[in-house]
Formats: sequence, structure tokens, C-alpha cells
Amino acid sequence: MQIVAHHLNKAFSDNLAVDDLNLQVAAGEVYGLVGPDGAGKTSTLRLICGAFQPTLIEAVGKPEIRICGFDVSSQTEQARSRIGYLAQRFSLYEELTVLENLRFFAEVRGLAAREWRPRCIDILNFVGLDQFIDRRAGNLSGGMRQKLGLAAALVHQPQVLLLDEPTTGVDPVTRQDFWRLIIQLAANSDQKNEAVAVLVSTPYMDEAARCSRVGFMRRGRMVVEGTPRALVAKLGGRIFELRGSDMSALRQIAESYPDVLSVQMFGDRMHLRVQIDHKDSLQEELSEYIVGRLGEDFRLRQIPGGLEDVFHALVEGDESIL
Amino acid sequence: MRTVIHAENLIRRFGEFTAVDHVSFSVEAGEVVGYLGPNGSGKTTTIRLLLGLLLPSEGTAQVLGYDVVEKPELIRANVGYMSQKFALYYELTVRENLAFYAGVYGVRGSRRLGEVLEQVELQRYQQERVENLSTGWRQRLALGIAIVHSPRLLFLDEPTSGIDPTARRAFWDLIYQLVAQGVTAFVTTHYMDEAEYCQRVGIMRDGRLLAIDSPSNLKASVLPGKAWDVFAEPLLPALLSLENCGFVERAGLAGDHLRAITAADISADAVLNHLAAEGMVNVQVREVEPSLEDVFLSLAARNRSEAMI
Repeated sequence: MQIVAHHLNKAFSDNLAVDDLNLQVAAGEVYGLVGPDGAGKTSTLRLICGAFQPTLIEAVGKPEIRICGFDVSSQTEQARSRIGYLAQRFSLYEELTVLENLRFFAEVRGLAAREWRPRCIDILNFVGLDQFIDRRAGNLSGGMRQKLGLAAALVHQPQVLLLDEPTTGVDPVTRQDFWRLIIQLAANSDQKNEAVAVLVSTPYMDEAARCSRVGFMRRGRMVVEGTPRALVAKLGGRIFELRGSDMSALRQIAESYPDVLSVQMFGDRMHLRVQIDHKDSLQEELSEYIVGRLGEDFRLRQIPGGLEDVFHALVEGDESIL
Repeated sequence: MRTVIHAENLIRRFGEFTAVDHVSFSVEAGEVVGYLGPNGSGKTTTIRLLLGLLLPSEGTAQVLGYDVVEKPELIRANVGYMSQKFALYYELTVRENLAFYAGVYGVRGSRRLGEVLEQVELQRYQQERVENLSTGWRQRLALGIAIVHSPRLLFLDEPTSGIDPTARRAFWDLIYQLVAQGVTAFVTTHYMDEAEYCQRVGIMRDGRLLAIDSPSNLKASVLPGKAWDVFAEPLLPALLSLENCGFVERAGLAGDHLRAITAADISADAVLNHLAAEGMVNVQVREVEPSLEDVFLSLAARNRSEAMI
């Protein structure tokens, strides 16, 4: 295990931002941390990279964080040298070029004069910025900045990569490229480079779906973790898709049906999350209910649902899916 | 239906650069229309043209029946605009912020303030200073400010950027309530998640509007073929193999598996046999419904440009 965290706590005055959190990420894994704003995702990443000191809470036990086996509190240098961290907001020197920026980070990380250049060229090739090494950082597009941020986090060849909402503000094409880089980092293992363990927080469920494992946090605690497929499977028949021409009438009708727990509207359809305790005939009964009020102008079908449906169920406290 | 936005062959050049290139479209009253494109594709320039803040180099546009060149001040007085980087006074309370903007728009009396606070569900926080609010609540206040003068048309510029799915859903519920009361919403975004909330979506690239239609029609017209979820090991060699395969239009990573778009006459077996022949193991292939992201990436892949790197 490249990341091992036990009994993590972080208190801010009387608020427990991280509450007895346990987390393990192996080499080659991409672990996605999701949860509503304020759930403690960023605090967790800051604890793991050593920027925050964990709060000791006697009743819970002694907090412990190990990076590649090194204790973050007592072997800080060894642990930190193995971590690459891309914060939500990071600074680049706008007046310096891409290569000069990267050289700066390489030197801060202690790369010798002989090492930094080939390493920087390598990494700029990898993130696809090799054609732009002489461009000033101030003139980069949002996607390029993000890739340069990633390059800076990777310049010392870390074995653990921590990414805090790395694609917020980045367009879909760049997001696709960015995820491809992350998955390559986690997949690569040859004699020269070991596979990296990646811990990434994200507000986007389509990104969470790209992770090998996902942990869902709420109020500082880990509520559930598993592969995206296993988490979606927990929905087990609870999600229906409803379409029709009069969406606002359909919504009202759906919301008035007792077994419908919540409705999510989209532009041309809605998702219903239903209670499935004892009914196999829900689709039929709900269909009849809608026909009786609106007629035949709708289409109702059961769908597997997605991580976003899991997210809403957990935020709304539907523990039945756990 | 009544047309609230009508743009015809709108062009805006900045020197040599054409930011908006022959854009034509209409938006009818009560619609929620998304305008999807990467940074630098011309979304914001289009909005600035429609608000009459920039003059078109060529072409014409009317917003709420007013010509953007002749009557820009009437347009701006009658539409609401919520920007991604909304301007709130952090040291003022929620109500003070709203009252300030009400004054700017010439809205008098406290009744409208009360209505707006109720509409965006901020009554409980009206005496709270903005600096103490979470991002989601600030977003609601920004929406409240955009609607304080009861506009019939709302321009929303990436309104839910970076907020979690619950806050996003709650925000969109507010938008749908406004739409049910007859408001029209025009939303620019580069997030698929946000575009999914729109009834029609326009796709911008390099200043051109490539397509504008309902998500399901876009899927049918832009992707005449099939979409597949492909499970295979090892994953990255399988991706490379699909990318270099003649009958695959586009392949990408989709989590622990791959997403591939092929022509319509390709069968699951064809994909499976191709991967097996190239040495992949544990191959499973499943036809799925294409997503808006598939549509966007396919359109983008047909002509990549530096702006998208």
C-alpha cells in the first residue's frame, strides 16, 4: 500500500472536518474521493500530504499516515519526497516560460543541474506541452495551465499523486486527455518507473466513474467505498427514467407518488429514485398512476442508474443502498 | 411560441481572428438552451454580442425583439445575466447585496426583495454576510440578483462550475421553476453535466456553431453509428488498438473500461474479435446509449485545434 491512513481527524474549532477516516491506496490504483462540498475531501488530501497536522482524539486512537511505508509525522522528508500534490489553486510564474516554471519546481524538489533538463523535457512530452516550452505561463489556456500544474507535481517522479479537483474549469477534450495521463501513470510499471498510486477528489461523477475505486465522504466520514461498478450495482432497481412532453406535470405527478423518494430533472428526461422494499410491480403501478392523471404521453423504464444517482441517494441519507 | 433570441449569420472579428463565425440560431420563449464549447470557442463573445456590449462585424441579431445594434440598452434592462465570476459584496449581507442591485435596476420597494429571497430560498440567510456563505448559497444569491428586475430572459455563464451534484441539482430546480413561470434560459457551459439539464444544446467550436438540437437528436445525428462499452485487459494497449482500428471512429477511456464509437453496421463480435486477435484478454463488449460527451468529443475529434489543448 502506497497510502495508508488510519484514524485521521481534523478539527477546526468545534467542527470536525475529518472524522476518524481510514483510507488505503495501492500502487496502480486511482482512488476517487467524492462527497458534497464541505464533506472533508480537501482537508483529507492536506492531511495526507502533510500540510495539515491531524488532530489527536484520544477515544479514536492515534492518527497514522504512511506514504510508501514512511510515517508522515516522523519520517516527513522521505514521505514528502514521494508525494506529488496538485492543489485546487496553484501558482505559476506568469512571466516565466513553461520550461522555466518547471525548472523552478524541479530545483525546489532537489533535482541536480544535470538531471532537471532531460526530466523536464520528458515530462512535458508526457503531458503534451513539448511544443510550448518557450511560451510564457501567462499566455497558456486553462487546459495547458492544468497540464503544467500536473507536470510540476510529477517532476520528481513521485510514487503517490494527490490531485484536488484537478479538472475544475477545464474543457471536455482536455479533461479526457488529463484522465488519460492519470490512468497511464497508474498503469505504467517498468524497471524505471513504478506504478503510481493516485488519490483524486472530484465534484464530477463522470470522473469518479473513471477511478478504480471510489470513496464517498459525508460530514468528515467515509460512508462507503468500492469500485464504480459495485457502487452503481447497489442501486439495484431503484432508478427509473421518465420522459414525456409535459415535463413539469410529469414531475409533479411523480413527486406525489408515495414510493418515489426523489426526482432529478434533466433537459429531456428525469430520474426517479424509488423505494423498492417490497414491490416488484412498481413500474406497472406507477405507470397506471401517471396514465390516470396525464394520459399516455410518457415513457417510463427502469435503468441501471449511475454514480450521480448513488451520490444523491447517499447525500439524502438513503442508507438502504449501503 | 415567441422567439426571444434570433441570430442570423452573426460574425465578430478581432483583427485577423474570427471569434464568432456565421452563427445563426433562434431560441423560443420558455426554452432552456445550452451553449456548449471549450474555452475560446466563442461562447462569451456570442453572449456579449447578444447583450449589445460588442458590435457584430456582420450579421444581425434580435433579443426580446430588440435589435442588438439599435437598442442594446433596452436588451440589457430586460435580461438577467449571471456570470461565472459573479460580483457580490462579501462584507454586505445577502439582503444588502440584493437591495443594492435592485437599486441599480431601479426596482423599488421591499416586496420584490422578499419575493426573490423566497424564490431562491435564501430567506433564512438574508441577514448573513456573504463571506460566511458556502459556494452553493452564493450561487443562489447571484441568481437572485440576476432576476431581481423580473427579466424574461436569463443568460447564465457556467452557473454551476465546480459545485457538487446536490447543489447543482438544487440550483437547476430553481431554474426550472423560473422556466415554468415563462422565463427563458440561455446557458453557456463547457460541462457535459450542465448541458444535460438543457432541452436543446448548441455545440460551438472555433467560433462556429456546429449543431444545435435536443440531446437525443444530437446523439442520433452526430453519432449515426453505435456506442460501445468495452472491457478488456490490459486497458491502455486495448485503447491503442481500438484507436488504430479502421472501423472505430473514436475510442476513449471511460473509467475501468473503454468507450468506442463505430459505424452502425459493426457488430459486437467484430469489436470483440479485433481485440482478441490483438492479444487482449477478458474482452467484453456491450452496446450502450451514447452520451453528450460522446457527441462533443466526436465533433471535436474531427478537427482538433490548439485552442483545445
